[in-house]
Amino acid sequence: MERKLMKGNEALAEAAIRAGCKCFFGYPITPQTEISAYLAKNFAKAGGLFLQAESEIAAINMVLGASSTGTRVMTSSSSPGISLKSEGISYIAGSDLPCVIINVQRGGPGLGGIQPSQADYWQATKALGHGDFQLLVYAPASVQEMVDMIGNAFDKADEYRMPAMILADGFLGQMMEPVEFPEAKQTAVEKPWAANGHKNARKHNIINSLYLKPDELENNVIERYKRYDIIKEKEADAEMYRTEDAEITLVAYGATARVAKSAVNMARDMGIKAGLVRPKTLWPFPVKQINEAAKTAEKFLVVEMSMGQMIDDVKLAINCSKPVEFMGRTGGMIMKPADILEEIKKLGGNK
Amino acid sequence: MTNEIILAGFGGQGILFAGKALAYGGLIDNKEVSWLPSYGPEMRGGTCNCSICISDEPVGSPLVNEPDILVVMNTPSFEKFIGTVKAGGKVFVDSTMVDVTTDRKDVDVYYLPATQMATDNDLGGMANIILLGKLIKETGIFDLDTTEKAMGKCIPPKKANLLGANMTAVKLGMEYNG
Repeated sequence: MERKLMKGNEALAEAAIRAGCKCFFGYPITPQTEISAYLAKNFAKAGGLFLQAESEIAAINMVLGASSTGTRVMTSSSSPGISLKSEGISYIAGSDLPCVIINVQRGGPGLGGIQPSQADYWQATKALGHGDFQLLVYAPASVQEMVDMIGNAFDKADEYRMPAMILADGFLGQMMEPVEFPEAKQTAVEKPWAANGHKNARKHNIINSLYLKPDELENNVIERYKRYDIIKEKEADAEMYRTEDAEITLVAYGATARVAKSAVNMARDMGIKAGLVRPKTLWPFPVKQINEAAKTAEKFLVVEMSMGQMIDDVKLAINCSKPVEFMGRTGGMIMKPADILEEIKKLGGNK
Repeated sequence: MTNEIILAGFGGQGILFAGKALAYGGLIDNKEVSWLPSYGPEMRGGTCNCSICISDEPVGSPLVNEPDILVVMNTPSFEKFIGTVKAGGKVFVDSTMVDVTTDRKDVDVYYLPATQMATDNDLGGMANIILLGKLIKETGIFDLDTTEKAMGKCIPPKKANLLGANMTAVKLGMEYNG
């Protein structure tokens, strides 16, 4: 199939259509609005429903409703809009419903700015709403990977009955790169739990997140955490770039990983043994892959477009057995490869 | 080999379109490419720019900080970016719109009255493509055949009849010796 140039946001939308998504509920916000615009134009022709809700809160509750019926459904927003959706996301997780949520991150807190950011890492991986729950969190680093991950996000959300998030940023959403699409997915996944009409042929299904008896609620949460254990075992993924003999190992995801990779190549050209672990899933975090890199790494350097959020997970992954340093820019500022190279040299790479 | 390009001007001058044509040219020649627009408030207020990378290797950061090729179509963009061009780089200036020049001796600067040329040749709105023609000739980034295919990819189907005019603009830029 011919490769064509497409914006990350548009590619996400097209990939969702091809992954069998049937409903989209959203509310516009820079820098992800092209997702809505693309679906508004193309979704109906493909048999989908596009609806611009009156607010983010309405949109996420429409997602809850559509998902309850077993329909593949998606919403998208950017940082402040995701905060608004957080109550609904907690309800969706508590109701064991699958859906895909896209966050094309911008600077925060508050209204923040509209330039690229990775400051929603904690929100996505630790606390997107109240209660004990997790989302699957995927971190693409190219337009092609946005396409590849969204199909997988729908599949895994269905498999584990939980929300999945694509955590992108303004860079990835706005940039154009060559992209190839997989064949449209036709098979419908069995969802015996769906509230889609029992036709007097089975017991009616109830979608609910309210458990007033504490023992019932505890059992419900424990059952969910057993699924999480399986996910941690099976779904964590990372790209290992030049890590086999790396002494200074960078850890970066998303757009930042691209800049970090350029810095690693520059360092290697100077004879510094640098490498990069690029988490492709942020939850589950690629603990095994980080530990694999730790076999040769003398130091880790975590690079993020934030004040340092993923760094905690790197330290936990290796039980702080190696020094873990941080460099970052925030507010929409973007690092250059040369800035990261300087940091690598400072860490003793030029011994 | 990597070309890092910045195009900049006012919204409406076809900066993003010309950038997309460059990126498609790279894609047609089987290079790795990226195209990144400015999408900040400046885009609403007038000025507009985009970064294009065309490379034999996968593109790292899509944001160009120090271009080796710069195209500018207004004075604020000229002043903002002229100092960032790498030594040995090439700069293409619409001199109808930019009323200043540079003292830099370590870059090749081509001043074309592109907007005036477009008006004189009944190619209104194609000053961007005239500059693109000059860029292709002076950098050899790709050939005329690739350029035509790239334009074909970028012009929306409803405006397919404009391919001929766009190619006239490309050639006008290529032939300009000022």
